[in-house]
Amino acid sequence: MTDLVISAPAPLALNTGPGALVGAGGGGAQGKVLAVTSGKGGVGKTFFSANLAAALAKRGQRVLVLDADLGLANLDVVLNLYPKVTLHDVFSGKARLEDAITPAPGGFSAILAGSGMVEYSRLNADMRDEFFRIVTRLAQQFDVVLLDTGAGISDVVLFTISLASQVLVVATPEPTSLTDAYATIKVLVTQQGRKEIRLVVNQTARVGDGRAITTQLQQVLDRFVVKASGGKQAIKLVHMGDIPADPAVRQAVMRRQLLMQTLPGCHASLAVAQIAGKIEETILRV
Amino acid sequence: MRIHLLDLFQLSPSALAYLRGLKTVTLPQPSAQVHLQALQLGDACALLSHAGAAAVPLAGESDTAYLQRVIDLLCDLSLKDPLTGLANRRHFLAIVERELSILARSGESTLLLMLDIDHFKNVNDTYGHPVGDQVLQAVASCLKSCVRPKDTVVRYGGEEFAVVLPDCHVTFGMVVAERMREMIQAMSIKISPSVQINITMSIGGAYAPQTIGSSSSAWIELSDKELYRAKTSGRNRVCIVQPFMVEVSPEEKSQLFVDFSQNDSRFGNSLFGDMLDEPAAEMANHSAVAPSLLAGEPAPLPSQPAPEKAAEKTTEQAADPTSDPIVDHAVEHAAANAQVSLG
Repeated sequence: MTDLVISAPAPLALNTGPGALVGAGGGGAQGKVLAVTSGKGGVGKTFFSANLAAALAKRGQRVLVLDADLGLANLDVVLNLYPKVTLHDVFSGKARLEDAITPAPGGFSAILAGSGMVEYSRLNADMRDEFFRIVTRLAQQFDVVLLDTGAGISDVVLFTISLASQVLVVATPEPTSLTDAYATIKVLVTQQGRKEIRLVVNQTARVGDGRAITTQLQQVLDRFVVKASGGKQAIKLVHMGDIPADPAVRQAVMRRQLLMQTLPGCHASLAVAQIAGKIEETILRV
Repeated sequence: MRIHLLDLFQLSPSALAYLRGLKTVTLPQPSAQVHLQALQLGDACALLSHAGAAAVPLAGESDTAYLQRVIDLLCDLSLKDPLTGLANRRHFLAIVERELSILARSGESTLLLMLDIDHFKNVNDTYGHPVGDQVLQAVASCLKSCVRPKDTVVRYGGEEFAVVLPDCHVTFGMVVAERMREMIQAMSIKISPSVQINITMSIGGAYAPQTIGSSSSAWIELSDKELYRAKTSGRNRVCIVQPFMVEVSPEEKSQLFVDFSQNDSRFGNSLFGDMLDEPAAEMANHSAVAPSLLAGEPAPLPSQPAPEKAAEKTTEQAADPTSDPIVDHAVEHAAANAQVSLG
């Protein structure tokens, strides 16, 4: 039997909604691709990605964090890792993807962006193609691929998110963070047709803050996005959990250690572990 | 004469374009052989002759070449609208799919225009359907003359047309669509020696969503919605939805803040009471915090920056955060205004 395959540049399952990578493996084991984004910078997105990866790894998942913050990468700083081969080397053809996969302290793998990524403020056709191929291949090797995106809603960030089947938005209770998170969600709903977005509220002061914020954002979305579209765009915000403000976080960040490793029993660590459990339950086992 | 089946799959460009829109094509084993005489080509030849194509073998044409030509002609036939010669809806859907799969990775902007002849029913009712057909043909050739060779003009159905314009910069889309509208408006269609009719078209358009896995139906629907907007706002006009138009209005912002400060003050009043009100799931989620709170110890961080900031914001908006009815009223008022301005 001779099979002649005539297909678009990369064979992928089209028309499956956002996150076309899911199911593109054709029967083989296919990991889930999750994007972690925030809109505003400095809300603990990279801290969360790294510690979530460690928490998921602890649960036996094979996890890789890809530093997709091409402009201002700082996963290396959080993890205190300075590998010889970075994503930049893979993009520029200097190294193979396998060589850029670096073991991280929390029992997961990481690919660091590398300093040369600053020049990629826009992605051209080849870069997008390459980025897509890289994430596709990683999804075949890992149970979970976390894409730690940059701040803002540039086309690089939006393209990165479009590679993921699920989006985790990290916000803090601060008004500026909430506005930016809201704007990000709105863009994802209107441009990518996302129907479900997961929210993690970091640095909460009191129990219930995250739930209240989620309800609030949902109400404004219903009023201004769902209603404005005549009910055609539906969006469900799923509250994945809160990470309480905890002085231990700052200590770990200053020491450049993973909180999950150094203080696994602190409030923030326990919260991240719980979110990991919820992710496993609602995304990975589905 | 025996023909190797694989020889036949030297597809014409249009057939190949169509197939690229599909996922995979599996060919039979290369050893399979076909006897030309054993094939029932009568229907195919009749169909082609009717469409004006030479369906008989040419002088000196090999069996393989002939069969290849018949297949190519059938493929072309299956992708064209018989009345206007434009791409038909089947071809259109394949092109849209292909454009999306290329686009998500190329980052170019592709524009999809949907065009509809205004009051076409009047033409048919007044002059009869043959004149209606004449108008459709005139529109088809006029639209073709407005675009580049790489653009595709489609008869979508009835008096509705579509144009796919790959690599069309966002600033040019409106110019191209306006040119089409003006050309159609300026065109006189001579339906008899003494009678000429003029028509107009409404045009709607949308740029392709640049994300992996976006659906063609969503894109078509978006353009269609713009066409509807052009129709309802008076016809003979162009409406194109511009990409990256997502904004957060002051009304939206004010609601994020005002209501958040309410939540804050509510939760600030009685931590313990709120704990009891929390659903079980929420309790579980907060077990990290719960023990110290239940033991009556202070919260991990006694200084709470969030409510202060939220309160500042509220004061700016001249709303009293402690007076819920007033805030609620202000919110509703803002919402009502927002609805009007969005409308």
